Amino acid sequence: MIIGQYIEDGVNWLTDNFSGVFDGINTGMSSLIQVIESVWIGLPFYVTIALFTGVALWKAGRSNAILTLLGLVFIYFTGFWEETMQTFSLVLASAIIALAIGIPLGIWSAKNRTANSIIRPILDFMQTMPAFVYLIPAVLFFGLGTVPGAFATIIFAMPPVVRLTSLGIQQVPEDIVEATKAFGATPQQLLVKVQLPLAMPTILAGVNQTIMMSLSMVVIASMIGAKGLGEIVLQGISQLRIGLGFESGLAVVLLAIILDRITQNLGTKQKK
Amino acid sequence: MEKIKIEKLSLVFGKGKSKALKMLDEGKSKAEILEATGCNVAVRDANLTINEGEIFVIMGLSGSGKSTLLRCINRLIEPTTGKIFVNNDEITRMSDKELLNIRRTELAMVFQHFGLLPHRTVLSNVAFGLELQGINRVDRDKKAEETIELVGLKGYENQKVSELSGGMQQRVGLARGLANAPEVLLMDEAFSALDPLIRSQMQDELLLLQEKMQKTILFITHDLEEAIKLGDRIAIMKDGVIVQVGNSEDIITNPADDYVKSFVENVDRSKIVTAGTIMFEKPKLARLKKDGPAVVLRTMRDIGVTSLPVVRTNRTFLGFVKIEDVVDLKKKEIKTIESIIRDSVMTVNPDTTVEDMLPLLSKTNLPIPVVNEDNHLLGVVTPTSLIAETTGKDTIEIDEIIQKAIAL
Ligand SMILES: Nc1ncnc2c1ncn2[C@@H]1O[C@H](COP(=O)(O)OP(=O)(O)OP(=O)(O)O)[C@@H](O)[C@H]1O
Ligand SMILES: [Mg+2]
Repeated sequence: MIIGQYIEDGVNWLTDNFSGVFDGINTGMSSLIQVIESVWIGLPFYVTIALFTGVALWKAGRSNAILTLLGLVFIYFTGFWEETMQTFSLVLASAIIALAIGIPLGIWSAKNRTANSIIRPILDFMQTMPAFVYLIPAVLFFGLGTVPGAFATIIFAMPPVVRLTSLGIQQVPEDIVEATKAFGATPQQLLVKVQLPLAMPTILAGVNQTIMMSLSMVVIASMIGAKGLGEIVLQGISQLRIGLGFESGLAVVLLAIILDRITQNLGTKQKK
Repeated sequence: MEKIKIEKLSLVFGKGKSKALKMLDEGKSKAEILEATGCNVAVRDANLTINEGEIFVIMGLSGSGKSTLLRCINRLIEPTTGKIFVNNDEITRMSDKELLNIRRTELAMVFQHFGLLPHRTVLSNVAFGLELQGINRVDRDKKAEETIELVGLKGYENQKVSELSGGMQQRVGLARGLANAPEVLLMDEAFSALDPLIRSQMQDELLLLQEKMQKTILFITHDLEEAIKLGDRIAIMKDGVIVQVGNSEDIITNPADDYVKSFVENVDRSKIVTAGTIMFEKPKLARLKKDGPAVVLRTMRDIGVTSLPVVRTNRTFLGFVKIEDVVDLKKKEIKTIESIIRDSVMTVNPDTTVEDMLPLLSKTNLPIPVVNEDNHLLGVVTPTSLIAETTGKDTIEIDEIIQKAIAL
């Protein structure tokens, strides 16, 4: 295939000429992931469970706190605690990077028409691609392992927060924006004092979605060597060990529910 | 002293403005220009001068360009052509920085839908303009608290604005505008979203505040009653054109065209129209020393009236003489009319409204004399014209009705 040939040439050209850049990204990401991992794996399980439950109680209310507590205790007894923490660390690292890039992109596309008309079709394209496809460039640039897994995850999980940040800012009522300008606000003041605070619930909905998509992608990324629960699921499938696959799969689902409940309520004030 | 001056201001929305501007110069209509270029002419060749300390009202139907014109003054919308001056500084040539500065310190705005920040308290909304200027928290809160008290919201400082009623929200809007101590307030239908009772209350309070503050206020409304109540002067806009500028009485008694006339048709004229407007100037007179009964009688017959006002030679008003008394006098061959003057007559001044003159009708069937502060006679208001003014019927109809009433 001719197209395939071109792509291959292009990727080769990139890796030949920018190997320094990729190496830099590689080292940076892997050290970030290592730091986060060492924290979560290092903490005794009961401290981690207490922390999660505490945050859930604070942000998501009592019933969600109970759910969190039971879920994590269950995961502990499946024996996949370390893998769960690996997965969680990878989600955290990927989500932080995805948000750090995605939120500014969202702001930019809300404020600039040209930016919007470039970013929007790219997002559409990204969201229609099957998740597996992101693994290919990740492997080409970074080989196998955790870093390409995180790279694929970042790309896959970024679109919702870009979109919702942009949407949130555009949804700020025109009369409020006008009033702010009328009182002599600079564009920065408008953004920081008015648009971002008013867009915050929408942006946080985007943060929630980005975190959830990170989790789903981190599991898939174990196909290219990312560590964590995904590995066990893969083992269960490839070795036809239904029990193993089921247990690890359940741990993924529980982690997903817990993260969802906690991050869903980030934007709202403390619940009773 | 003039505060704001607008010169040949036009504003065209849409692409291909240059062609639209050319057509404007050629005097083509708004519809023609829209047809030919797709451009919407929102304001057309506006010229206005707004004086320091006055409330200037801009009135017109929806879509007539009022908001657009107002937003050109602080350049929330960039004028297509023309100049705007505030304090003789040309707004239309200011750099971004100068513009920010004048928005912060001189031109505050109050909006129809308030435009408040719902996530903030009353206090931090009112202090918002000061915050943008970079004034420290203590100073701006102090200033904001003073302004909050001024608009009668003391005690509500820490409420979220989204928890307040519409009327109170607009007080916050007003306070936010005033906290910057601006010289000019731009108010775009500031009271239109409020229910009638609150609205009228806010109008009263604005007038009260204005007495203390003496700001220059540009107030937009599509409600004539509001325009009359608030406006020292009123401009009427139609399809982007300012069709008339004047005080309320000018506009009601001398509408420039049918559009203005249709506006003023339903207004309660009796509160606005004054004696000075409807009086009959230079009425025929009886002069105390010069005119004897014979002359007076002839004058009465000439113009077909049954009474005449009597003045001294310097036009000081003395009273009326009635035809039956004059005839009597003539029979008795007395040569002066001094003895028959009826002087227990109520006079009015030129600013007295029709509403205030109506009660006088019940006491007398004589015309109502209009005098200046030196008691010099300026004219008379006849009962017929007074009734015509209040009922909107013309004088011939009224005379017929009176004749019928007499016949009964
Ligand atoms: N941003 C815009 N783009 C294009 N046309 C506009 C824009 N804003 C206003 N117009 C048009 O300009 C004209 C004047 O509008 P403007 O809002 O100034 O009227 P208005 O007198 O304030 O009316 P209202 O009483 O409804 O507020 C209208 O024909 C309107 O459709
Ligand atoms: Mg308007």
